[in-house]
Amino acid sequence: MPYKNETTNNEPLWHILLTFLKVGAFTFGGGYAILPVIQQEVVERKKWISQEEFSDILIITQGMPGQLALNSSIQIGIRLRGIPGGLMGALGVTAPSFIILLAIAAYFYPLFRDNNYVQAIFYGVRPAVVALIAAAAIKMGRNILHGLNGMILCFILLVVAIITQIHPIIILLIGGLAGLIICRKGISL
Amino acid sequence: MIAILLDLYWSFLKVGLFTIGGGYAMIPLMEAEVITVHGWLNASEFLDIIAVAEMTPGPISINAATFIGYTMAGVTGSLIATLGVITPSLVLLLLLSRVLVKVIQNPSAANFLSGLRSALVALILLASFTLGQTAIIDIPTVLIFGLLLIASLMRQVSPLYFVAAGAFLGLLLFPY
Repeated sequence: MPYKNETTNNEPLWHILLTFLKVGAFTFGGGYAILPVIQQEVVERKKWISQEEFSDILIITQGMPGQLALNSSIQIGIRLRGIPGGLMGALGVTAPSFIILLAIAAYFYPLFRDNNYVQAIFYGVRPAVVALIAAAAIKMGRNILHGLNGMILCFILLVVAIITQIHPIIILLIGGLAGLIICRKGISL
Repeated sequence: MIAILLDLYWSFLKVGLFTIGGGYAMIPLMEAEVITVHGWLNASEFLDIIAVAEMTPGPISINAATFIGYTMAGVTGSLIATLGVITPSLVLLLLLSRVLVKVIQNPSAANFLSGLRSALVALILLASFTLGQTAIIDIPTVLIFGLLLIASLMRQVSPLYFVAAGAFLGLLLFPY
C-alpha cells in the first residue's frame, strides 16, 4: 500500500479548506454517509486522487482510531499538500459541525427545550435513535461475526460488560487481546 | 472551571482514541464517559443530543462533543471537547502516518482489530439496552422503536430519515 507524505499536487490550501467545508456543512448522517460525498468530490469531480488511492485511504481509516470522515479528510489533505493540507482537511470537515452545533446548543435548544411540541418530537426521536443504535449493532454483528469464535467472544464480552460494569475501553482491549491470542493459535475469528 | 475543561478534554480524547471503525462505535464510550463516569448528562439528555447530532450535518461525534462541551462549560467547553475528540486523529495521521501504515499492515493488528470489533458489537448492543430503558417507556415508544428497528434492518437509508420519522411519530403519539 503506497502512502506518500510528499506533496503531489499544487492545489492551493484554501481550495482544500473550501472543499472540506462544503463536505462538512452539507452532509447529514455521520461517517458512512459522508464518505461517498468525499469520494464524489475528491475523486470524481476534482480528480485530486485516484479511486485506488481513495480505497487505500479507506482501509487505513477503518483500521485506526477517530471519525471516518475526519480521518479520510486529513489523509486526502496530506496527499495534496503535506501536513498543512491535512490540517485544512481537518479544519474544513470540523468547522461547520462546530459552528452549527454551537448555535443550536447556545440559542435554539434552550429556547425550544420546554416547548410542548419539541418535547413531543424528542419523545419520538429517542426511541428512533435507540433503534438506530440497536440496528447498527445487529448490522455490524452480521458483517463481522461470521465464525462461531467471533460470536462466542462477543457473547462472553457482553456478559462480562453487564456483570462487571467496567469501562468500555477495558472491554475493547480485552476483545483485541483475545483476538490476538485466538488467531495466533491458528483459529480464525 | 479548569478542572472541568481538563475532564472534558481527557474524556473526549478517550472517545476519539477508541472510536475505531466509525459509525456508532463512539456511542458506548461517550455514554460511559458522559453519563456513568462524570454524570454530566442523564440518559434522555444524552439521547436528545445524539438525535440533534444526527439531524445536523457533519460527523456525529464531533457534533455531540461540541454540544456536550457547550452544555458543561460554554463556548470554551465546546472548543475543548471538540479538540479532544479530534486530537487522536490529528496526532496519529499528521505525525505518525508512516508508522501507522506499517502497524495496520501487520497481521497481528488485523487479529487485534477483529477481536476488538467483536467487543464493539457487544458494547453497542449493551448501549442500546441501557439507553432504551429511558427512551422506550410506553406503548407508542415501543411501537416507534420496533417499527424503525425493522425498517433500518431492511433498508439502507440515511439515519436522518429515521430521526425525522421518529419526530413525526412523536408529534402524532405524544401524550400531550
